[in-house]
Amino acid sequence: MALFFSKTHEWLLEGEDKTVTIGISDFAQEELGQLVFVNLPEPGDLVTAGEAFADVESVKAVSDIMSPVSGTILEINEELLDAPEMINDAPYDAWFVKVGDITYHEDMLTEDEYKAFVEEEKA
Amino acid sequence: MTEELKKTSLCDTHVKYGGKMVPFAGWYMPVQYKGVIDEHMNVRTKVGMFDVSHMGEIVVKGPDALKNLNLLLTNDFNGMHDGQARYSPMCNEEGGVVDDLIAYKKNDEEYLLVVNAANKDKDFAWILAHKTGDVEITDISATVGQIALQGPLAKQVLLKLVRPEDIPAEYYACVFNVPICGTEAMISTTGYTGEDGVEIYMPWDKAPVVWEALMEAGAEEGIMPCGLGARDTLRLEAGMPLYGHEMDDTISPKEAGLGIFVKMDKEDFIGKAALEAMGAPKRRKVGLKVTGRGIVREHQDVFLNGEKIGVTTSGTFCPFLNGAYANALVDADHREIGTKVEVDVRGRRVECEIVKSQFYKR
Repeated sequence: MALFFSKTHEWLLEGEDKTVTIGISDFAQEELGQLVFVNLPEPGDLVTAGEAFADVESVKAVSDIMSPVSGTILEINEELLDAPEMINDAPYDAWFVKVGDITYHEDMLTEDEYKAFVEEEKA
Repeated sequence: MTEELKKTSLCDTHVKYGGKMVPFAGWYMPVQYKGVIDEHMNVRTKVGMFDVSHMGEIVVKGPDALKNLNLLLTNDFNGMHDGQARYSPMCNEEGGVVDDLIAYKKNDEEYLLVVNAANKDKDFAWILAHKTGDVEITDISATVGQIALQGPLAKQVLLKLVRPEDIPAEYYACVFNVPICGTEAMISTTGYTGEDGVEIYMPWDKAPVVWEALMEAGAEEGIMPCGLGARDTLRLEAGMPLYGHEMDDTISPKEAGLGIFVKMDKEDFIGKAALEAMGAPKRRKVGLKVTGRGIVREHQDVFLNGEKIGVTTSGTFCPFLNGAYANALVDADHREIGTKVEVDVRGRRVECEIVKSQFYKR
């Protein structure tokens, strides 16, 4: 399954059942530094594309995590609440939420496009 | 932002060791290398090294040096021996804080003041404007490099480069003209981490040589270069105040919990009359331990039974204590240890408890 990426550094995986799973990219976790706290929404909450649905905190700062889709939160990764360092250790395994009933889906970057985008950001 | 960022002589060294460089108080400084948590823990358990060359250094020299210090600063500088260091707030006429600093006594007629980087120009102007009698005030910041070597193994590492008598035996003391790495340094038993350690003051361009020598000497002890991120979490965990947060031009040292450094029985000093008129502080700094879920940051409102009683001044996750802690300025009536309060964290009320603000003590 291919991952898609947003320009705000979230990754998105499309499931077969028209749900999506969202997390943050390796570049994002690297930039944020060691994470010590995660604030997640509740199942049933509505999320809107382009708006924050969660936040993560490093020692120094809090950062919003943006949703690339509009829909309803089906499931949250409760493990992250007690072990935010999982996001640093394995950002592509440490999913944040699964979203269903999707009404809007932002255009996203493929992995290669995202890599090129990150290179530009770094430059 | 057109202003050019200043660089310390260690800038290239930071980049070489993987420092993540950010603007800080007009300087281009490393916020972290490996990571704030790793660096913080390394200082608590082993040894870490910080470039603090951006700090300001001002020399007060002349027959009236002591008189000037006692007028400018709230602490009492009488009775110091040569090679002793003393911390003090420096107040304005209204009793607010211009800066906080450490004064090192070289001899009866010469003291070195080490001030915050962000305040250096303001401090220098202030000190010059209030100078009295036969004294010369010189800003030597551009010629002094400074490295803080902190942690339980700091002195063990430094002993590989200097003689035992070059490291002061007592806390808050200093030895001048110590030969090290082909140059001369002042070594002081001071720091901003709440850990044992030293600060090394040397000629500006010699800092990279000393840095590399310490990296090599400390390899066995597991020395780690540390950034300003860990410097801030270490000082907060150890309950040390930071200018611009726990105190500023509008917060008095007594409100900031620094009353012990204000000697009201001293003859006179700038701000004394205002502090006398203020009487007992109406606001007080307290420590907060976050007992709910979340991390409290600065400038967040503090509530007691739904009523606002103050605002936070600093807050972060403290790695060694493995929890979130904050400082706040609250109504003096509500500062009792054990009081349960709430802090508004971006619209969410997070439970906290007032605790002693020295969260960590070695």
